[in-house]
Amino acid sequence: MEPRKPRTKGSPVSDLDLRGVSRWYGNVVAVNDVTMTLGPGVTGLLGPNGAGKTTLLHMMAGFLAPSRGQVLIDGDATWRNPAIYRKLGLVNEREAVYGFLSGQEFVRASAKLHGLPDADAATRRAIDLVEMTDAQDRRMDTYSKGMRQRMRVAAALVHDPAVLLLDEPFNGMDPRQRMHMMDLLHRLGAQGRTVLFSSHILEEVEQVSGTVQVIVAGRLAASGDFRTIRRLMTHRPHVFAIRSSDDRRLAVALMASDAVAGVTLDKDGLTVHAGDYGTFTRALPRIALDEGVRVRQLIPSDESLESVFSYLVSA
Amino acid sequence: MNMTIAWITARGLLGRRRSWLLLPMPLILIGITAIGLGFDAPAVDLADGVLIGLGVAVILPLVSLIVGTGVLGSEIDDGTVVHILTKPIPRSRIILAKLAVAATVSAVTTAVPMFVAAAMVGGVKLGLGFALACAAGAVVYSALFLALSVLTRRPVLLGLLYVVIWEGLLSNVVMGTRTVSVQHYVIEFASELSGSTLFTATVSLGVAAAMAVVLTVAGTWLATQRLRSFSVAGETS
Repeated sequence: MEPRKPRTKGSPVSDLDLRGVSRWYGNVVAVNDVTMTLGPGVTGLLGPNGAGKTTLLHMMAGFLAPSRGQVLIDGDATWRNPAIYRKLGLVNEREAVYGFLSGQEFVRASAKLHGLPDADAATRRAIDLVEMTDAQDRRMDTYSKGMRQRMRVAAALVHDPAVLLLDEPFNGMDPRQRMHMMDLLHRLGAQGRTVLFSSHILEEVEQVSGTVQVIVAGRLAASGDFRTIRRLMTHRPHVFAIRSSDDRRLAVALMASDAVAGVTLDKDGLTVHAGDYGTFTRALPRIALDEGVRVRQLIPSDESLESVFSYLVSA
Repeated sequence: MNMTIAWITARGLLGRRRSWLLLPMPLILIGITAIGLGFDAPAVDLADGVLIGLGVAVILPLVSLIVGTGVLGSEIDDGTVVHILTKPIPRSRIILAKLAVAATVSAVTTAVPMFVAAAMVGGVKLGLGFALACAAGAVVYSALFLALSVLTRRPVLLGLLYVVIWEGLLSNVVMGTRTVSVQHYVIEFASELSGSTLFTATVSLGVAAAMAVVLTVAGTWLATQRLRSFSVAGETS
């Protein structure tokens, strides 16, 4: 866990607690016995598509009842408890907005629904935070996906919540918008807010958060410092399918290399198990050149995120 | 009631293409009444065939169905309802705001043309009787259809089944079913308020008034309860 951030003056601090939380639909278990505590700072909720991230976020946001366990913000259950939205902001994955409202009207409506004493000032502050002041008077159905996303973040932040949940916030954003959103999340975390965002893209999580919760098949597969988890991922065995002008000769040469843990030879070519991705891909051209073998095909056969996550589960 | 929710609801409702369907209906009602009068049709026939047969039995429930299922159902369908639900507002206030908008829009859309058409047939008093009765009917229908939009994924279909099968067919054949027919309450209210002898009501004022209140309160309560436990389906659901 990342060390708890000191409270910035004026910014609220809250903890989000999940205690033995499960959620199932009939016989399908979407989330399985997840326990975690999220404190101030940015946490990435990482996992492949369908892992249960959205289900988990919906339970955190009070939009789904846990089948078992408890989801609490500062000790209060989130399910059937509208009062928690004083502390919580949510930017969900569905990008639906009231297209007939301008961005400013949308954020101002949020401020008024929160009963803020100075809704206009809160609206200006939130729109300024996401740098949408210039476009605030345009109807939201004229916005790009990234602009809509930023206005939704402004609406979620207008009441200055201690906890901000974002479901796949970088989806559909161009690189500039992505950088801006990452910077914003960094700042919110540094202010002492509890920020949790979900993603299925490793690099996004790496750039934004030091702490990560990895969900695979509904279970909490790994939890803690991102660098440790990243190291596990980098040093896992990699599998490559290779076809060459002389598979047998190449197999013998590869077996002599330290970068290779095992080689299987069959009629379709070679299947090579390498200990480290970088070492092997650097060694292969040199070995092939030395042996006078032409490599016709090199396919990493287990590069899907699912395989990376599966490895994490067993690590 | 929450004015911000009412404001968003009204803007969304009136800006939606489906709402344009509301426009021709009042004109059709007034137009057919005018044609009937032009052909010297008896007032009794116009009251029964046009004011009740078209206005009360078709236009009032259809307008209420389009509006009542649209004020919240469309937000549930497209996911925008989350913006309202992530606020620290009691769910009863959300439902009351939605109901107020639905009932007002439906009442105005039906009461004004009903006033005009009925006044053409039998004078101002008949016009006022039908207008007020339709406004009351719009409130009851709105509560029912709003509840349907939160309770089911097919509110329009179920609403149509109620209007066509229950009210249109059964309540004219099986006497007991009229007790749960908004259409018959409206006819009774119109009859009492106008004092007209052009048509006869089929349920008593006591039953109509009591059942109208019961259905409105029940619909509002059910919708509120359902919204309190509103779940959002996720990618893995």
